[in-house]
Amino acid sequence: MKILVCISNVPDTTTKIKIAEGNASIDTAGIQWVINPWDELSLTRALELRDDQSTGVKSVTVAHVGPVSSEPTIRKALAIGADEAIRINGESSDAYYVAAQLAEALKKEQFDIIMCGIESSDYNGSVVGGMIAEFLAIPSVSAVSAINFENGNPSLTRDIDGGKEVVEVPAPFVAIVQKGIAKEPRIAAMRGIMLARSKPVKVFEPVTVEPLTQIESFEKPAPHPACKFIDAANPGLLLDLLRNEAKVI
Amino acid sequence: MSVLVYTENWDGKFKKLSFELVSYASAVAKMINTSVTALSIGKVGNEELKKLGGFGAQKILSADNDLLSVLDNQTYTSVIAEVAKKENASVIIISNNNTGKALAPRLSVRLKAGVGSGVSRLPLSTNPFTVYKRTYSGNAFAHLVIKTDVRILTLAQNSFDLTETSNNASIEKADVSIDASKFKTKVRDVKKQDGKILLTDADIVVSGGRGMKSPDNWGPLVDLAGILGAATACSRPVSDEGWRSHEEHTGQTGKIIAPNLYIAVGISGATQHLAGVSSSKCIVAINIDKDAPIFEAAQYGIVGDAMKILPQLITAVKEIKK
Repeated sequence: MKILVCISNVPDTTTKIKIAEGNASIDTAGIQWVINPWDELSLTRALELRDDQSTGVKSVTVAHVGPVSSEPTIRKALAIGADEAIRINGESSDAYYVAAQLAEALKKEQFDIIMCGIESSDYNGSVVGGMIAEFLAIPSVSAVSAINFENGNPSLTRDIDGGKEVVEVPAPFVAIVQKGIAKEPRIAAMRGIMLARSKPVKVFEPVTVEPLTQIESFEKPAPHPACKFIDAANPGLLLDLLRNEAKVI
Repeated sequence: MSVLVYTENWDGKFKKLSFELVSYASAVAKMINTSVTALSIGKVGNEELKKLGGFGAQKILSADNDLLSVLDNQTYTSVIAEVAKKENASVIIISNNNTGKALAPRLSVRLKAGVGSGVSRLPLSTNPFTVYKRTYSGNAFAHLVIKTDVRILTLAQNSFDLTETSNNASIEKADVSIDASKFKTKVRDVKKQDGKILLTDADIVVSGGRGMKSPDNWGPLVDLAGILGAATACSRPVSDEGWRSHEEHTGQTGKIIAPNLYIAVGISGATQHLAGVSSSKCIVAINIDKDAPIFEAAQYGIVGDAMKILPQLITAVKEIKK
């Protein structure tokens, strides 16, 4: 069994986002790029499954859509432990474009489980995983917080409103994963970093796909009024304000 | 032309979320001079279905095949896509909850319709069709142009006011073909969380951070939540330490919530935490450190020891509730 983990690179989650002149894009000066947090957790779980012999998972591949400048993200994933990587040499313009490229690559390379993070911390779209599944006409399970194997068969735990369901779908399938899938992201060790240099990265040229959406401009959230402080000796005053001023209780 | 809204049900009942979706769909329909069709999937009684009309749905379609009691993303996508085509929908509206996130992308590919996910306002313009959406976990908002003739919008929870209207909706069976052989999802086990207010549904949330110092100190926080009818939540370090369940983690990688009132107790307010709660209508912060970043996001703040303040708040709420 082979697992593919789709990864995107995003600004480090502590970045103070600034909008560039003209509002058409984010100011990328000084931004540290990291593997999208959900994708990192997804990769961690994929590696745990590979390292557990009883699962029958033989290899973990990562796939990324991006120009050569995103190679450090791919090398990082290889350093963490992925066996090989696929980079599709396109500039991601919208989720549909990215998903179409990944789906196209998946027609050339066969995988049993395709894992995608539930969202990326940049565009917060939550759509790439589901789109890949639909392009390939294979099942998808979303909001997955656990993947476990029993007798070589994967079962997925998904969040439903007010509880959890353990489900099975036939492979190949797309698992769209969220919090809980792995405890803590795996970190690259020195040995992994050395090994990553010689691991294979296949580069595919993108196919022509017309994006369905386009970001016209960005704006900052509305500025926040200053906090009103209430004397710790009289917290009851807070309730008056919540009732009569904010009208939320 | 029409606006199609998919209204999920929970054990045959709709929630505030469903009515919020219909209210939003109704406002979008006014912008493009058309009407709203609501689609319900699964077993829902006529009385319950009729409620959707009270928020502006003119036509209510019910697909209640037995197979549909389990969410199979491919089958649900087929049902919604088929109805969207029959209704000649130019806008499809779904919640940005787990179900919506599972279905919107599949529908997008099936219908070749662009998605605006997590919208929190009405479209900024209908020509070109431009929506206002959260990006960078709430640190920037994008004006996103959807270039296709059919658009899919997923609505952020608790972002649109309910608007009641006169009810003259028609209720019909949805005429859809369901192919049982294509149904792939087998449910092995269900674990329901009974009796608790769901974090993502709650109007009020009381949340604790590392400043609570020990899992043993949660009593007053839970009590305060109890008398306010609130759900409880926590910050990431708290769930990582195992003080509280992962289900309660709110923040960038945990649950994203938008209650009317969010009370953060002993939470410093790291960027990643604020990413999960910044859409709350009102944030109250209680923290011993007057310089904690949470106060920059808060509307009201108390600087002090939570262990002293919480009991006083509980007493004060009890006074009000009398």
